[in-house]
Amino acid sequence: MLDIEPAAPPSTLKEPWGEPPMGMLAELTHRCPLQCPYCSNPVELERVAGELDAAAWKRVFAEAVELGVLQLHLSGGEPTVRKDLEDLVGEASRLGLYTNLITSGVLLSEARLLDLKRAGLDHIQLSLQGATALTGDRIGHYKGGHAKKLELAKAIGRAGLPLTINAVVHRQNLDELEGLIDLALACDAHRIEVAHVQYYGWALANRAALMPTRAQLERATAIVDDARVRHAGRLMVDYVIPDYYAKRPKPCMGGWARTVLNVTPSGAVLPCHAAQSIKSLTFPNVQDHDLAWIWQSSEPFQRFRGTDWMPEPCRSCSFKEQDFGGCRCQAMALTGDAANTDPACEFSPFHDLLRLTAEDEAASEPPAFTYRRPLANAPAMGTPGLVGATKGMS
Amino acid sequence: MSAARTPVCEDAIVRLAPYARLKEDKIRQCMVLLAPERVLFPCPTTVMILERLDGSCTLRAVVDRMADEFEAPREVIAADTLRMLADLDRQALLDVQPVETGHARH
Ligand code: SF4
Ligand code: SF4
Repeated sequence: MLDIEPAAPPSTLKEPWGEPPMGMLAELTHRCPLQCPYCSNPVELERVAGELDAAAWKRVFAEAVELGVLQLHLSGGEPTVRKDLEDLVGEASRLGLYTNLITSGVLLSEARLLDLKRAGLDHIQLSLQGATALTGDRIGHYKGGHAKKLELAKAIGRAGLPLTINAVVHRQNLDELEGLIDLALACDAHRIEVAHVQYYGWALANRAALMPTRAQLERATAIVDDARVRHAGRLMVDYVIPDYYAKRPKPCMGGWARTVLNVTPSGAVLPCHAAQSIKSLTFPNVQDHDLAWIWQSSEPFQRFRGTDWMPEPCRSCSFKEQDFGGCRCQAMALTGDAANTDPACEFSPFHDLLRLTAEDEAASEPPAFTYRRPLANAPAMGTPGLVGATKGMS
Repeated sequence: MSAARTPVCEDAIVRLAPYARLKEDKIRQCMVLLAPERVLFPCPTTVMILERLDGSCTLRAVVDRMADEFEAPREVIAADTLRMLADLDRQALLDVQPVETGHARH
């Protein structure tokens, strides 16, 4: 019959490493003019001197296609700081990749946008930090940024490029969620991604300043549900919930090394952008190995792939093929052992502490942001654990 | 995209949304439908229909031609096609335009 399956491909490939990856996130640089306190980049930002050049990236794109990657997300940092971006988009498009640019938009001129379109760009994701200039500029720590973003959104419409608005939400901008959805409609975006902050790297360091209350979360969920109905067929609303208040963890990255891979500016290959927080793993680099070997055989990709690595309670749990035990980086950050069940799961012995931590932090005055910037310029900061627990307690 | 939406029907011109792309996946040896953050694996019949939606004519004409070509009952083809396309439309993967009537549209 006429089926259209979002799930697994009609697999003839039953290799020990499972399926080939479908998507690749290429972090072209960690440079960025904005300083969002929830940035998903690692706290130790990579330097420009170590960035792969265009020739190296092109080779990685070609290897990715050979391996089965269909979609390429050009990200950062801010990918448009790279002068060779048009060249990279052109090559990705020539290779047949569905090419998506994830940008803060503040550096992108209309002329350059048209060049990117000509080079074959398929889609743009533009971030908004708030619905008003006051909030947006404060959170991105970039004066005039919000206005530039709205200008760019208009130019994207004029260029006829499809647009998704990325809205990362937290206690300091959730009151503007309706406004963010209205802006997405006004910008003629076909999709908005409303994503509650996920607490790794910079976001973990800023958790107390970002954690919403349960009431804020419930209100946000109601707004999203309502918008989905009201704007059905016109605006898709994708929603990522904060798992500190959840009962079950999210299937992080669709399972470790299962559908996507991430390449850092200097060429390290990771199963997810936060994976370098697991210090016991050494991630291979595209300058030393080809992508197929990295995906199929390298130790860090095998380490948490599938379900065989799982301890209890995941091992004997019927949800293990659905959520793959949640997020390894969150388990690492909050329980001190990446092989533990994600504490977002109600069956984790750390789960109650997680909920209490969220409630505790959300109820307190928010501390000042630690803005994302290269470490030499950043104030000293610690990484918070859970209330009443110290990191490493397990 | 305009605020007033046209539902999927035989009188409309239906095609993939500008951000959705159907292509051959040489590695998995099947067709894939790519959209932002989505990869779908349509069945061969779905592919065959999508390949015919080139924006040049109404869905009615597309169904007519398929009924001719496959010597199959038109109502069966029409029902299956509409059901599949309505499903894709719910996922915002289609561009559905009313037919120009020749009158001014405002
Ligand atoms: S989250 Fe903010 S700071 Fe981080 S790369 Fe994106 S725009 Fe830059
Ligand atoms: S115990 Fe493990 S597999 Fe079961 S729901 Fe929790 S995280 Fe998922």
